[in-house]
Amino acid sequence: MRIFSGSRIFLLLSITALLAVVSCQAVPAGPQIVYRDVWGPTSPKSVANGAVYLVIENKGSEADRLIGASSPVAETVELHEHFNEDGVMKMRPMDGLDIPAKGTRMLKPGGYHIMLIGLLEPLEAGNTISVTLMFEKSGEIALEAEIREL
Amino acid sequence: MKSTRKLVIVFGILLGLGACGLRPYIFHGTLIQSPDPVPDFTLLGHMGQMVSLNDFRGQLVVLYFGYTVCPDVCPTTLAELRRAREVLGQSADQVQVLMITVDPERDTAEVLADYVTHFDPTFIGLTGTPDEIAAVATYYGVFYERREEEDSALGYLVDHTATQMVIDQEGHLKVVYPFGTSAEDIAADLEYMITH
Repeated sequence: MRIFSGSRIFLLLSITALLAVVSCQAVPAGPQIVYRDVWGPTSPKSVANGAVYLVIENKGSEADRLIGASSPVAETVELHEHFNEDGVMKMRPMDGLDIPAKGTRMLKPGGYHIMLIGLLEPLEAGNTISVTLMFEKSGEIALEAEIREL
Repeated sequence: MKSTRKLVIVFGILLGLGACGLRPYIFHGTLIQSPDPVPDFTLLGHMGQMVSLNDFRGQLVVLYFGYTVCPDVCPTTLAELRRAREVLGQSADQVQVLMITVDPERDTAEVLADYVTHFDPTFIGLTGTPDEIAAVATYYGVFYERREEEDSALGYLVDHTATQMVIDQEGHLKVVYPFGTSAEDIAADLEYMITH
């Protein structure tokens, strides 16, 4: 009888533990990066630079940071921001871009952008290019950017 | 008594309609009332020809200062100006867009030729010596400054005022738009200036 009740307690414990593990997996800790609207404008032939824009969303409960990017279509890829200071547009390279927990960052013309420097060929409408983003915690995320007219 | 009241109402409606018609047009940019025409300038056009502002008397000129390495603000502005011309339709031939480079070192006539026509084949790119460009930019209150960027593969960037200026058919500076003004707003103003 005592043995039986002991195994019952063990069973109950096992189920509880299993449930805890399952619920833990349903709401993972850490950042959870999703992205959408990845695109880049067409580039004039004489210009060896381009840009990629997208919306980055962090559905997780922990902040992450975009720390770099690469693409097979450009020699160098940098993170840049544009800002307006008394009507003067200034562009600056950035070390990284924080993506807050439960937050969204829009990379769009006139603001943050991924800059492609030294394009190996012009970006033409209808094509897609590969871009890999590097995040501090989430690691590398590969994505495809659609090229279209600005 | 009754007919007097009617008369008053009719008069009131007419007065209201009249005031409606007299309401001045409101521009979408900053309206400039320059008493004298702006001074002429001559710079090197992207086809290798010399281009003067006064060549376009009788047309509206949209003047923009930018540079081709600028990946973002300049293409956005030029794309909006292309769309503004599309909105204008037939009237678009009354509008000439000129882009003056603030980076003459990199922006040769050849580079500009490909760049501006990528947006619209009618756009004209202008370059010149640093002094020539500085003289024109200073007149229009356009600030630009080369910044060395050791952290960037671009070598240097150019901060610049990203306004667009409209010079009317008689050579008067008429409206200034900040960066981000929509094609529709600019087109509405250009249309008004063409028809009035």
